[in-house]
Amino acid sequence: MAERIVFELNGEARTVEVAPDTPLLYVLRNEIGLNNPHFGCGLAQCGACTVHVDGAPTRSCSLPVSAAAGAEITTLAGLGTPAKPHPLQAAFIAEQVPQCGYCLNGWIMTAAALLRDTPHPSDQQIRDGLSGLKCRCGTHMAILRAVRRAAQAA
Amino acid sequence: MTQFAIDRRSLFKTTGALVVSISIPGGFAAAAPGAAVKPPLAPDQLDSWLAVKADGDVVAYFGKMDMGQGVDVAIAQIVAEELDVPLDRVSVVMGDTALTVNQGGASGSTGIQKGGIALRNAAAEARRVLIDMASNQLGVPADRLEVAGGVVAVSGEPSRKVSYGELIGGRYFDLPMTWNGKLGNDLVAEGQAKPKPPAAYKIVGQSPPRFDVPAKVFGKLDYVTDIKVPGMLHGRMIRAPVAGAVPVTVDDGPVNDIPGVRVVRDKGFIGIVAEHEWDAVQAAERLKVTWSEATPPFPQMAALYDHIRQAPVVKREVPVATGEIDPAFAGAARIVEAEYEWPFQSHASMGPACAVVDARADGATLWTGSQKPHFARDGVARALGLPQDKVHGIWVPGPGSYGRNDAGDAGIDAALLSKAVGRPVRVQGMRYEGHAWDPKGPASIHRARAALDKDGAVIGYVFESKGFSRVDIDTNESDPSCSLAGQLMGLPLKSLQGFGVPTESYGFANKRLAWETVAPLLDRASPLRTAHLRDPVGPQIQFASESFIDEIAAAIGADPVAFRLRYLTAPRDIAVIKAAAERAKWQPRPSPRPDRSGDTLSGRGIAYAQRSGAVVAIVAEVEIDRHTGKVWARKFIVAHDCGLIINPHGLRRCIEGNVVQGTSRALAEEVAFDRAKVTSVDWLSYPILDITEAPETVDIVLINRPELPPAGAGESSIRPVAAAIANAVFDATGVRLRRAPLTPERLKPALA
Repeated sequence: MAERIVFELNGEARTVEVAPDTPLLYVLRNEIGLNNPHFGCGLAQCGACTVHVDGAPTRSCSLPVSAAAGAEITTLAGLGTPAKPHPLQAAFIAEQVPQCGYCLNGWIMTAAALLRDTPHPSDQQIRDGLSGLKCRCGTHMAILRAVRRAAQAA
Repeated sequence: MTQFAIDRRSLFKTTGALVVSISIPGGFAAAAPGAAVKPPLAPDQLDSWLAVKADGDVVAYFGKMDMGQGVDVAIAQIVAEELDVPLDRVSVVMGDTALTVNQGGASGSTGIQKGGIALRNAAAEARRVLIDMASNQLGVPADRLEVAGGVVAVSGEPSRKVSYGELIGGRYFDLPMTWNGKLGNDLVAEGQAKPKPPAAYKIVGQSPPRFDVPAKVFGKLDYVTDIKVPGMLHGRMIRAPVAGAVPVTVDDGPVNDIPGVRVVRDKGFIGIVAEHEWDAVQAAERLKVTWSEATPPFPQMAALYDHIRQAPVVKREVPVATGEIDPAFAGAARIVEAEYEWPFQSHASMGPACAVVDARADGATLWTGSQKPHFARDGVARALGLPQDKVHGIWVPGPGSYGRNDAGDAGIDAALLSKAVGRPVRVQGMRYEGHAWDPKGPASIHRARAALDKDGAVIGYVFESKGFSRVDIDTNESDPSCSLAGQLMGLPLKSLQGFGVPTESYGFANKRLAWETVAPLLDRASPLRTAHLRDPVGPQIQFASESFIDEIAAAIGADPVAFRLRYLTAPRDIAVIKAAAERAKWQPRPSPRPDRSGDTLSGRGIAYAQRSGAVVAIVAEVEIDRHTGKVWARKFIVAHDCGLIINPHGLRRCIEGNVVQGTSRALAEEVAFDRAKVTSVDWLSYPILDITEAPETVDIVLINRPELPPAGAGESSIRPVAAAIANAVFDATGVRLRRAPLTPERLKPALA
C-alpha cells in the first residue's frame, strides 16, 4: 500500500505517495518526473542510476524509497548547472567525455564524492574509487583525464 | 486482468510508399524569392537537405545518425564550410523521418564517408544558388562576388552586400537535385555546383566540440527512455526460459492484485502492460506462464567450436583467390598452420532498449533509440499494417548503440503492445534482455595456413573463416521477420548469409581468403541469433589473421614489423605500420622476447587492418601477472589514416572508444550459455573492461590525407585491437592464445 514519504531532492522538499518498497529510481523518474538518473541494470551493478543520498553515492535502482525518507538526495542535474557547474561537470565537458552518456550519473556522482573525500587522489585512487562503474562506449581514458583535471582545478 | 490477442489480419503487410512527404509547419515567414511551401521530402529536392531561416541560420537535415561520436558536428562543419557561414549558425536535424530522407542511419561508419556527400553537395549547391540570387539583386556578375559569414558582397566593395537570410531566409529553394535513386547508405544527391577543394577548407579540419555533451553532463538531455506520452502505459516483455519454447497457458492469478495489468499474447509473443512502470516490472516477474516442451537447442558451451567445425556449410565465398594454392603447398619447405576461435559477443548496451509507440487505426508514432530510425519506422509500419507515410519515426538518443542491438526489437514490441491495448506503450527491457536477448556478434573459427620456401619466404597463404552469419538478423529492422516479435509470431525467416575475410594488402603469391557460414543454432527467436555488432566480424577475423601473420614471422625468426613491411603492398598500409612502430620506439627483434623471467611479464605486439577506406595500425604493450595470468593492456599506440580528417579531436575520442571497447572484447567478453538459454545475463556474468583495467595511455598518431575523401572511423580502429594484444601476450610469454577472449583462466595454465 502506498505510503507518504518525504525527502529533499536537489534542495527542494518533496512528498510522494508510493509503495514503500518501490525503488527510489522509479520514484524519481516516474512520480517526480525527473528524466535523469537512468535505469541501466536494476541490479546495482552499473551505476547509471547513481544519486547522492545524504552525500553518499547510491544506486537508486536498488534502494527502496522508504530508505530515503528524510534524506537529502542530489542528482546529476542538481550537482551543478551550466551557470555554476561542478568542477567535474566542467572537466567532463572540457574533455568531451561522454559518447552515449547514459552512464554519466555513475561516474560523475561517484567521482564527486571521491574528490570531496580525497581532493587530490592518485591515479590508482581514482581507478579504485570508480571501479565497478560501467561505460559500454569505452570512454574510460577520457573519464580518467576528466577526474584528474577536476582534481587539479580544485 | 484482460488478455488481448493481436489483430493479425493487418499485421506485417508490405507497404508501398518509399518516401514520406510532410512539410514543416510554420517558422518560415514570407520573403521575396524562393517558394513559400516546402516541396515534398525527397532526395531530389535541395530543401530536403538544407534550409536558411529568416535570421540566416542554417539547418542541415541529415538522414544518418550520430551515436555520440560527433558525426553531427562534422556534418555541420562540412555544411558551414561549403556555405561560408560560421559553424555556430548551423544546426543539424537528424533521426526524424518527417524531416530527413533515409540515408541509412548509423551504418558501417559511413556517417561522414557517405552521408556527408549529399550534405556537402547540397550546401555547395545552395551557395551557388544564393550567389546567383545575390548577383541578380546586386546587379553584379557572380564571379565578382564573394561570401563570408553568410553575407554575399561585391569584391572590393564590401558595402554592396546581401545576406543569405535576406536572400532566401524563411523560404524554400524549390530547386531540384539529381540523385541516384538509392535510399540508404548509398544515396548520392548532387546539384550543379562543385564543392570546394580541400585546400580551401577553413572549418573542416578544426575541432569544434560536440553539441550534445553539455546537456548530457548536466543531466538535461532526454533519452528515449525519458519519453512520456499522455495516456502511456508501461510494457515489459516476457521471454522464454528455454530458447524456442512458447507460452501454453497464462495464469494471471499472481498479478490480479496489480491495478490495470493486461497481458498481450500471440503465439510466442507475450508481453504485459500496466499503468505504472514498477507495476509492469513486478507483473512481468510474477505472471505464471507455462511453456511448451522445447528441446534445449544449444550445444554445450564447451562444444561450440566443435559444432562450428562439424556443421554443414550453408554458404561459401572466396573473395580473394590468386595463383595456385595446391602446388605452392606441395612444394613448400615448411608449412605453418593455426586455428583461432572467437565467441558470441553481446552489444550489452548501457541500458536495455526502450521504445515508445502510439499506434492508432490511421497512423502511428514511434520514438526509438535505434541507430536506423527510418528503417525502424518501416518495420513498425509493416508490423502495424500501416502505410509507411502514416508512421512517424522520431529518434531520441538511446542507451548506447553499436549495431543491430535490442533497440531494433523494442520498437516492434511496443508497436504490437500499443495496437493491442489501444494506448501508447513504452517498452523497456530488463537487464537480462539487454545481455541475453540482444542479437549477438557471431562466433567463429578461423583456419590459417602458410607455405614457406626454404628461405622462409611465403609462397602460399590460405585463410578461411567458418562461423554464424553476420546477417542472420538483417542489418536493420525494416522487416519484422528480423525482429524477435516477428519471429515469435511465425513470420517467414530471412536468415541472410554473410561473413568476411581479412582486410589487408599482403602480397603473398598464391593466396586464398574465404569464408563459410553455418546455420543458426536455433532458427527462430534465438537469444543467440547473430547480427551486426560494431565492426561486424572484423575483430574476430583480424584477431586470427593478424595473429597468424605474427606466427609466420615467429616461425622464421622475423621481427613482426619488418615481416609485415616485407609483404605489404598498399602504401597507406605501410605508412601506418611505420608510423605506429616509430611512435612506439619499436625495437626490431623476433617475438617472443628472450628474457621471460620475473613475476610481471611484459611484451609488445603489432597488428593492422584496413576498413572501408581507412587503415589502422596498433602497437599494444601488455603486462601480465605470471601468477594470475591476468593481462593488462597497458599502452596502445595507434596510427590512423581515414583520408581527410574533418574533426581531429572528435576522431581521437572515437579512436579511444574503439580501443577500449576492443580491449574489452579481446580480454573479457564471451556470451555464456547452457543447452537451454544464454546464461550471461548481467554485468557480473558478462564482464566488460573495468576502469581499473583501462590502459595507462592510448597514444594516437593521426595521418591526415586531404587528397583523399574522408573515410569512416567509427569502427576501423576496433578491428586490430585483439590481435595486437594477442601478439603482445605472445611476445611477453611465448604463449600463443588462439581463443578469445584472452582470460586469465586461459593464460595462467600455460604460464605454470
